[in-house]
Amino acid sequence: SVQAHKEEDNPQKTMEVNGLMPVPDSYDYDLIIIGGGSGGLAAAKEAAKYGKKVMVMDFVTPTPQGNSWGLGGTCVNVGCIPKKLMHQAALLGQTLQDSRKFGWEFTEEVKHNWMTMTESIQNYIGSLNWGYRVALRDKKVTYENAYGEFVGPHTVKATNKKGTEKLYTAERFIIATGERPRYLGIPGDKEYCISSDDLFSLPYCPGKTLVVGASYVALECAGFLAGLGLDVTVMVRSILLRGFDQDMANRIGEYMKEHGVHFIRKFVPIKVEQVEEGTPGLLKVTAKSTTGNQIIEGEYNTVLLAIGRNPCTRKIGLDKVGVNINETTGKIPVNDEEQTNVPYIYAVGDILQDKLELTPVAIQAGKLLVQRLYAGSTTKCDYVNVPTTVFTPLEYGACGYSEETAVEKFGEENIEVYHSYFWPLEWTVPSRDNNKCYAKIICNIQDNERVIGFHVLGPNAGEVTQGFAAAIKCGLTKKQLDSTIGIHPVCAEV
Amino acid sequence: GKNEYDLLVIGGGSGGLACAKEAAQFGRKVAVLDYVEPSPRGTTWGIGGTCVNVGCIPKKLMHQAALLGGALKDAQHYGWNISQPVHHTWSVMAQGVQNYVKSLNWGHRMQLQEKKVKYFNIKGSFSDPHTVRGLTKAGKETVVTADNIVIATGGRPKYPNQVAGAREYGITSDDLFWLKESPGKTLTPFVFNISLECAGFLTGIGLDTTVMMRSVPLRGFDQASHMSKKNQICFTTQQQMASLVTNHMESYGTKFLKRCLPTKVEKLESNRLQVTWKNADLDTEETDSFNTVMWAVGRAPDTKSLNLETVGVKTNSETGKIIVDANEATSVPHIYAVGDITEGRPELTTTAIAAGKLLAQRLFGQSSELMDYDNVPTTIFTPLEYGCVGLSEEAAVQRHGSDNIEVYHAYYKPLEFTVAERDATDCYIKMVCLREREQRMLGLHFIGPNAGEVIQGFALGIKCGATYSQIMKTVGIHPTCAEEVTKLRITKRSGLDATVTGC
Repeated sequence: SVQAHKEEDNPQKTMEVNGLMPVPDSYDYDLIIIGGGSGGLAAAKEAAKYGKKVMVMDFVTPTPQGNSWGLGGTCVNVGCIPKKLMHQAALLGQTLQDSRKFGWEFTEEVKHNWMTMTESIQNYIGSLNWGYRVALRDKKVTYENAYGEFVGPHTVKATNKKGTEKLYTAERFIIATGERPRYLGIPGDKEYCISSDDLFSLPYCPGKTLVVGASYVALECAGFLAGLGLDVTVMVRSILLRGFDQDMANRIGEYMKEHGVHFIRKFVPIKVEQVEEGTPGLLKVTAKSTTGNQIIEGEYNTVLLAIGRNPCTRKIGLDKVGVNINETTGKIPVNDEEQTNVPYIYAVGDILQDKLELTPVAIQAGKLLVQRLYAGSTTKCDYVNVPTTVFTPLEYGACGYSEETAVEKFGEENIEVYHSYFWPLEWTVPSRDNNKCYAKIICNIQDNERVIGFHVLGPNAGEVTQGFAAAIKCGLTKKQLDSTIGIHPVCAEV
Repeated sequence: GKNEYDLLVIGGGSGGLACAKEAAQFGRKVAVLDYVEPSPRGTTWGIGGTCVNVGCIPKKLMHQAALLGGALKDAQHYGWNISQPVHHTWSVMAQGVQNYVKSLNWGHRMQLQEKKVKYFNIKGSFSDPHTVRGLTKAGKETVVTADNIVIATGGRPKYPNQVAGAREYGITSDDLFWLKESPGKTLTPFVFNISLECAGFLTGIGLDTTVMMRSVPLRGFDQASHMSKKNQICFTTQQQMASLVTNHMESYGTKFLKRCLPTKVEKLESNRLQVTWKNADLDTEETDSFNTVMWAVGRAPDTKSLNLETVGVKTNSETGKIIVDANEATSVPHIYAVGDITEGRPELTTTAIAAGKLLAQRLFGQSSELMDYDNVPTTIFTPLEYGCVGLSEEAAVQRHGSDNIEVYHAYYKPLEFTVAERDATDCYIKMVCLREREQRMLGLHFIGPNAGEVIQGFALGIKCGATYSQIMKTVGIHPTCAEEVTKLRITKRSGLDATVTGC
């Protein structure tokens, strides 16, 4: 039963304070999922299939700029979806130029309207939010637009926008609260800077932009902003795309530089001040070198922070139920069945320690977890050889080991790297970038030249990489690769 | 006496050049003959064969030009301000494409030179099993002798000789890509894929285009090539996929005249062409005028002038193609054949290249590896592309029985279509698997943007014996179209709605 509690006359609250929260012997729900993102919703929909009583709690704490969004999590609202659409808008800008060489004629100067694009994208996202609400309703999953936190064994408190609190109990829980962008902790960061949480619904063109960071979020955003015609600078503390194959990362950076993105390497901002108010206004950024005492200043309309994401695990009452988290990172360690140290509490998605922060991984993990809980399945999520793609102006698709990691694990003499530059046919006529697109595969000589790493830099990298990932899962060897006929003329045949 | 060359290749196309260059790697003395008989229209071109000059390359580039037209429309939804209407100029595109093709011709000449392969621009014919003689364009005779000879002369487009005026007034793909002026309002009487691809890009660049077909699309491919079941590639009898492709083309703006058969072509005073045809449904005769009629009724092997009978190389009596064994060997020792000219092989650049290379490796490199023609992936570059690898649904049913196969399918919507408000009704994926146990994947079919890019990796999967469960264990890349393959759950057997909803 649902109970609304008032502070004053509350015996249960007293017991809670005294650490004597009773464990309910029958639960409101079979499963409560905290977080309505990729992982959470996938798990919820799957559990409903098995006739379980499920609740999803989803709540978006507004950004420092006051921004918020609907059901669906990061991917749908402030991640993959709007990112790929803005990336597409930028690519279209390039294709406009190409099309002239293919015979298309139109006015010389073509300008981009930020509001038109953003409105279309937000409308589409709105339709997705709506779609999820309907899907949950149809599957009879209870949805609470409220902030969920544990208050005792098997019990969570849901606080909605208005501050109303409700308590719910469940046999099992899945934490899928995801992450939010990190701030620098310097003067002016929260007041004046934006993050990816704000960018995709920004109600004005960002103008001259400084992107701080070298993550894929930073490079993807910098990439499409430049593609839309904006003046973009990326401030990088040390290396690009930490964790990715560094050779590929550097090629991506080079390409972006050649296409008009400025890079400031080995500097970090120490102060952001407002010069002018406005939409956008004008900001002054002061930065310090990481290798000396040099200080530089620059003025930008917008400063976009993309320096990493923090898991939403610190304020959800995990201490009340004894769930361990990594104190440094905030991530939750789980076993190979996504179970935390508390047997009835599970976790999926970006908050997991040592797992990939990807939507499809979260979805897969969530689904399989529920199938194990309620459908007698024993299949665990396979986190090996998960393919991924970075949607920078020159796209990068990868699956398996980076060259460095392969060398580290197997030894340089035991791996063979096959590589090739290629020129997409579609780039020939408009004379674009010969010798930039590149592909390499890394093979384990000791294991029948098995393909252990696949990397491709070029258009439609995601489409190309997907099938290769499937083949790698099947144990693809170099010989099998060689004996497969290419499709001509496409990039993937390289 | 001793033969002048270790290897003589007749035909400088995909198969021929690959074979020649590979043989040269082994330090052999190699010569290539290449000669292009001008089309009835007078079109001719340089070294490189069909693919480079009048096939894959110019076709994909013009397809790209058409796709860019679509992108221009999409761009407005994404915030780009382009004043409408937007015009397309054929000559700018044609020049861009033709210049690129010429650079490839040049590139091939350079490569042959670098690899010390001797190139003769002559039309060769056999005088004995080790001797080929030929005439240059100027009429000078050259004689070449070789230990081994590879015939890779490919094919040329056929004309429907039963249609009056077909040859005088119509053109083929041999001419289309070299036209200096726009073809204008075009009719393409169809049997083969090239007709759909050409009609597709002509529509895309704004031309009034009509496809005329006697029966069902993509069926003729199966009949005319007489491929043995073993070598059947996925396009054959793909009824469902064919209708999705043509449905899309219809909504895209290409006109279709179905169940019609052209009877004559006449030239009008205005220089337009008057085409008369029989409408089988209405049992009437109809007529209309066009600027261009492009025939795509099949290709015939280019063997006439080779003098094959003199040396005893056997050909298939119906198709005229050269009969070869698994070694690409003909009925005459030391004479081989690769590419479109060979009987029972797919007519693809990629298989010709692979076969040519492997042949050279077997002849000169102590290899014994034979060409594997199974599970060759391919793509048709219609406005909405169709890529596939492995068996068609029909072929799988025929081979294993419908009870023993499971077909997973989905209608999906590419993310980029959403904001662009593009119609995705024909975007579709189908995976044909064995029903029992691990459910090995027999065939994969994909209709959508970048179909070739999507299918390529899965072709590797099929080569590794991929099963349905392995594909399902593969995590998707988000957001792409290809990931939809890893999310296939609905079977045709279930009868459930296969539309993908949300992420």
